[in-house]
Amino acid sequence: MQIFTEDYHENKTINNTFIYTDSLKQIIDNEPTITQYTSRLEYFSLASSENLTKGSVIIGIDPEGENKVTELKKWVSEGNYLNKDDDGLLVAIDLANYLNVGVGDSIVLYGQGFHGVMAAGIYPVRGILKFPSPELNKQFIYMPLKSCQRLFSADNRLTSIVLMIEDNYQLSRAMRHMKGKIKSPFMVRSWEELQPELVQMIDGDKAGGLFMKTLLYIIITFGILGTILMMVSERKRELGVMIAIGMQRFTLSKILLAETFFIGLIGAVSGLIVSFPLVYYYHLNPYPLTGDAAKTMIDMGIEPFMYFSIQPDIFYVQAFVVLIITMAIAIYPVIKSFTLKLTTALRG
Amino acid sequence: MNVIEIKNLTKIYNSSEVQVKAVNGISIDFKEGEFTAVVGPSGSGKTTFLNMLGGLDRPTSGDVIIGGVNIWQLSSRKLIDFRKNNIGFVFQSYNLIPVLTAGENVEFIMQLQGKPRKERDIRTKELLEAVGIGERIKARPSKLSGGQQQRVAVARALASKPEFILADEPTANLDSTSTTSLLELMSQMNKKYNTTFIFATHDQRVMDKARRIVTIEDGKILSDEYFDRD
Repeated sequence: MQIFTEDYHENKTINNTFIYTDSLKQIIDNEPTITQYTSRLEYFSLASSENLTKGSVIIGIDPEGENKVTELKKWVSEGNYLNKDDDGLLVAIDLANYLNVGVGDSIVLYGQGFHGVMAAGIYPVRGILKFPSPELNKQFIYMPLKSCQRLFSADNRLTSIVLMIEDNYQLSRAMRHMKGKIKSPFMVRSWEELQPELVQMIDGDKAGGLFMKTLLYIIITFGILGTILMMVSERKRELGVMIAIGMQRFTLSKILLAETFFIGLIGAVSGLIVSFPLVYYYHLNPYPLTGDAAKTMIDMGIEPFMYFSIQPDIFYVQAFVVLIITMAIAIYPVIKSFTLKLTTALRG
Repeated sequence: MNVIEIKNLTKIYNSSEVQVKAVNGISIDFKEGEFTAVVGPSGSGKTTFLNMLGGLDRPTSGDVIIGGVNIWQLSSRKLIDFRKNNIGFVFQSYNLIPVLTAGENVEFIMQLQGKPRKERDIRTKELLEAVGIGERIKARPSKLSGGQQQRVAVARALASKPEFILADEPTANLDSTSTTSLLELMSQMNKKYNTTFIFATHDQRVMDKARRIVTIEDGKILSDEYFDRD
C-alpha cells in the first residue's frame, strides 16, 4: 500500500509532495496489520558523467526502512548499500554502464526542485544495482532521503509512504481500515490499484493454475476410480463369499467405505510426505524460468523465477480435496456391496 | 426328521428369446444326517438347485423350507442371518478369503455369529485338527495345496455348526488322493457332528460314498435312490 496526496496521484510532480505529520504517523503506527513502512521522495532528474547525460528516476529512501520493505540491498551487485547519513548513490547497472561510471565515480544530478528551484549536485556512486528487470536497470538511482530532499530543496517532504502488511490475505482488511482513517488531501492505494496490469497478469496466471489444478484433479479422480474399480473387481469373489457365509451387505459396505477412506488417507498423507521436501527445496531455491516465459516476466518487471509456497493451507486443502474425491468414489463399492449378485460373484 | 423340504422349486432363466427352465418343479425332502449326492450331467440344474437350496439364488417359484422356515419369504437381511447360522458352504474353487490365514478363515464366520474370542479359538483349532491341517493354522490360502484349501473350506463350513452343508463340486479341482481323503473327512464329519451333507457332483468317487443319490436331468428329478454304505 502507498500513501500520497490526491494531487500527486493526479500529477506526479514534486510540487505535490507532503510533509510527514505526527497525525499521519500515528494512524500508521496504530494500524495492526502494517508491519513495516518507509518514506520516499521520488522525482526525475538528468544524470551526467563527463559528456554523457540521461534522464533518470531519482528515489530518496530511508536505506534501512526501504530494505525492510523491498529488500533493496539484495540487488547490490557491486560496492555497498547506503547508510542513513550517506551522500552517495546506488545506480542501476544499465544506467551506470550508459554513463560509464562505476563504484567510486561521481554523477552530477541536474533538474528542477520544489517550486521550480534549480536542483543540482554531484554525488559519488556507492554501489551498482542489478535488478532482474531491464526497465528498472535503465533508469533508477537511489539516494538517502535527506540527501534527496536537499537536492530538490524539499526539506521534510515526501512523495509517498510505502506500507507493508504481514501477508497479502490481510490486504483488503488493511485497506478498509486505512481508507477509513486517511482523509483528504491524502489517499491510500493498494498495489492492486497502483498496478492493474500486474493484477491482470496474476489473474491470468491464477486462471492457468486453476486449469492445471482441475486437470490434475481429473487425473487423480480417474486414478483413484481405476484403483477402486480394480479393487472391487478383483475382490468380487471374496465379497461374494463374505455375503454368502453370513456377512450383512450393510456391514460389508461399511468395511469397503472404511477401506476406501484409508486408501485415500494413506495416498494423501504419502503425497504430502513425498511432495513437501521437493516443494520446500524450491521454496528455498526458486525455479529459474527460461525462454519466452522468462522474457515476458522480465518485460513486466518481474523476476523470472517460479516461486513455491509452503503455506500449510496449500497442503491440507489438496489432501482434503483428494480425500473428498476418494469418498465420492467410495460410493461405488458401497453400491456394489448392495447389488452384488452372489451366484455370479462366487464364480469369480 | 426332515431338515429341508422343497416344494415345486422352479428356476427359469429368460434369455433374449428363449426361456430356460434350469430347475423344473422339483419337490424333495432331506433328512437330518443324510449324505446325499445330487448328480447329473453338466447343465442339468444341479448347481442352480443347490444355490436355491442355500439361499444364494432366488427361485422363480416354489418353496425351500428349512427347519420350518420358508427361506425365500425372509427379508434379504434375515436370509443372510439364516445362512450364517444354518447353512455351510463348500465351493468348487474353495473360495477362501485370500488375505486371511486358514485359522482366520475358519474363525471368520464365528466372528460374524458374535461368538466370544476364546470359544472361536478353541473351535478353530479343533476343526482344523479334525480336518488334518492343524499345523497350517497360520498359513494363508496361497501357501496351501488345493486339497488343503478344500479342507479349510470344510472346516469353515462346519464352524458355524450348521444344520446342513452344501458342497458344489467339492472334488472337481482335486487330485484323486486329495479327493479320497476329503470324502473320508466329510464322511467322518457327517458321522461325528450328524451334519447333513448335500453334494452337487458328477464325480463317481463322491457317488460311491453317498448314501443317497438324487439324479437330476433337464431340471427334473430322474431318480432318488438310497444306499447302505456301512
